[in-house]
Amino acid sequence: MTDTPLLKLSGLTKAYPGVIANDDVSLSIAPGEVHALLGENGAGKSTLVKMIYGLVKPDAGTMQMFGAAFAPDEPRAARTAGVGMVFQHFSLFDALTVAENIALGMENAPKLNTLSQQIRDVSETYGLPLSPDRVVGDLSAGERQRVEIIRCLLQDPKLLIMDEPTSVLTPQEVEILFKTLRKLSVEGTAILYISHKLEEIRSLCDSATVLRLGKVVGHCTPSQTSARDMAEMMVGKLLQTPTRANKTPGEVVLSLQELSANSPSDFGMPLRNISVEVRAGEVLGIGGVAGNGQDELLAALSGEMLTAPGMVHFKGRDVGLLGPTPRRAMGILSAPEERLGHAAAPDMSLTENAMLTAALREKLEHRGILNWGRARSFAQKIIETFDVRTPGPSNAARSLSGGNLQKFVIGREVLQRPELLVVNQPTWGVDASAAAAIRQALLDLAENGAALVIISQDLDELMEISDRFAALNEGRLSEPRPTQGLNVEEIGLMMGGAHGMEVAHV
Amino acid sequence: MDLSAINPLLFVAGFLVAATPLIFAAIGELVVEKSGTLNLGVEGMMITGAICGFATAVETGSPLLGFAAAAVGGAALSLLFAFLTQITLANQVASGLALTLFGLGLSALLGQSYVGIKPPRLPDINFGPLADIPVIGPILFTHDVILYLGIILVAATWAVLKFTRAGLILRAVGESHDAAHALGYKVVRIRTLAIMFGGACAGIGGAYISLIRVPQWTEGMTAGIGWIALALVVFASWKPWRLLLGAYLFGGITQLQLNLQGAGVAIPVEYLAMSPYVITIIVLVVLSRHKGGAPACLGRTFHASS
Repeated sequence: MTDTPLLKLSGLTKAYPGVIANDDVSLSIAPGEVHALLGENGAGKSTLVKMIYGLVKPDAGTMQMFGAAFAPDEPRAARTAGVGMVFQHFSLFDALTVAENIALGMENAPKLNTLSQQIRDVSETYGLPLSPDRVVGDLSAGERQRVEIIRCLLQDPKLLIMDEPTSVLTPQEVEILFKTLRKLSVEGTAILYISHKLEEIRSLCDSATVLRLGKVVGHCTPSQTSARDMAEMMVGKLLQTPTRANKTPGEVVLSLQELSANSPSDFGMPLRNISVEVRAGEVLGIGGVAGNGQDELLAALSGEMLTAPGMVHFKGRDVGLLGPTPRRAMGILSAPEERLGHAAAPDMSLTENAMLTAALREKLEHRGILNWGRARSFAQKIIETFDVRTPGPSNAARSLSGGNLQKFVIGREVLQRPELLVVNQPTWGVDASAAAAIRQALLDLAENGAALVIISQDLDELMEISDRFAALNEGRLSEPRPTQGLNVEEIGLMMGGAHGMEVAHV
Repeated sequence: MDLSAINPLLFVAGFLVAATPLIFAAIGELVVEKSGTLNLGVEGMMITGAICGFATAVETGSPLLGFAAAAVGGAALSLLFAFLTQITLANQVASGLALTLFGLGLSALLGQSYVGIKPPRLPDINFGPLADIPVIGPILFTHDVILYLGIILVAATWAVLKFTRAGLILRAVGESHDAAHALGYKVVRIRTLAIMFGGACAGIGGAYISLIRVPQWTEGMTAGIGWIALALVVFASWKPWRLLLGAYLFGGITQLQLNLQGAGVAIPVEYLAMSPYVITIIVLVVLSRHKGGAPACLGRTFHASS
């Protein structure tokens, strides 16, 4: 490593109306260094990298690259200077081919034939298999990310910025990505890596800068710092592990008897003979690999998907033929996985979104006339109780960061005093302290006598909060087992089931 | 009824002329929609082009200057649409409808003193001996320069969209304005240019009606060609060559029904008059059964929020 840092930021400040996104941020990155940028949702990580990439202009402060002044006024200038960026939400065009997508992100793109050959070469060199002629809309999330990475690599970047690259990848794809990144680092490319996943950062990154509320609050060496210490630096306070009181479960609230149903989606998974009971005050955790019937189970419980009579009982009453609204009136509430578009209407305000699910139980309407005043104060209550970071309830759901919207969506259901709450992926994409707060709220709910069904991909989370654990596999639910004393192998067997044996045959 | 009164050569030559206004208006709208903008104001821009071209040709005596003025007039009117939708972020459907109503009214006002005048005639290109070739000559080589320009424009649009970087960027903006913006492309500027191109094309198409096809000025003389152009773009699945085919189909049936009316076929005139619209739409709907091809961001408002 040379003495001149590859990139040096001094005193960068950027303010938006009502919020200072970055306040006097300084850091430096050496060639070949893998540098992590850590922080909670809304700590200012995205704004910082947007300034480096020329999408946002800093209000104050300077940037230097190899000792020379660096002030890109548009992404083109940043790319020319050797900065490449892989976006959190991929900046790809679905209807265009891989090669066309890559050409769009390059200065002086060569002819398509030449480019296709270059793409093949680079994808071979870095172990990122990708065919240049395929249409991007047909690719998996991991393959799409490869398109972005190759687009950056073709321009010989000196600094590669990666914004939460692993949130959409399978564990195998994460392995491939890390191999590529390590190889790049050895070749001298610096990497600025943004992620929530602290264990990933510990295994990949050489150094880390922690941001909180727009300010740098510390630097550390991830390999020598525990994940818990890093999380506490981000949050600025001691993390509390959710606690729950041991209570004997009450009467049966939800009873599924041989629940079978076809999936409403062509690519979905049918539910097969699911029988389980959940009692008041009990948390049933449901794990399993995504796509094994999680969405369908939530839909069958929330009432979005109707089922044959006699399969779904709530407090002894058959509710299989009731839609979401009557079920909500009875106290069956749910929060689906997809925040934008399913749990919340993206372009509607938080007040309107509060009205959408809470009109009945919070009496926000009276004989068809909406009471916006009450809806607004209900939205305000969610924002305060769950620490949702937003200027106010009149902001559109789309304008919130993923973690903040998740807090809002969960809070909206929790505050409606459900008797049965079904949640899919309660803390997906949420930072450590917010996740702890959401889990605590769910546990408090159970303690007050609600029955909870928590569907999650995060096994640690399920082990932490659920009383009993079951796994979905090919639409079948395993026999629920008490969480205490359950070990990893047993969980693996429950998740694998016959599915794992089928794989073994192949 | 006397079908032998229909001269096949004049018929084919006639439908090339009938299709030309539609080709211009539709190819312009195709480019606009490829950039992700839906401009329903084609009819308004056509009629504005028709009167701008007519007035200029009459005043200067030069039909070519008239066509230039028509392009400028159409593009100027489309700038109003660009301002509303790209700068003030108004709804594209409402703005487009307003543009059509505005264009119809404005053209009626501008054209008050031009009713009943005959415009100067644009001469056909002299292809020399080529025009004497039997059958092909009278059909293909007896037209004015604008008609050939229309066909060249379709070919050029196809080539630019398919083979050039500018075309790729245009398509990219129409597919995902957010992604294009993240890569540093100027979405609003690109769309504004596309809208102006669409306006200029629609204007030329309108002037072709008032200067060559009819040729005189009457209020509302574009008679819904702008709306057909809009439908044509969709049913042609945003493909230039298919659009050309659809335009010829429409032109062919228009010409045929005129000839049939002349020949005194025993079908009420109203049915004959509606036939080009009905048949063109049916054929194109059948052709475009396989959906797809629509730019993903078509009609969506872009706002560069960081």
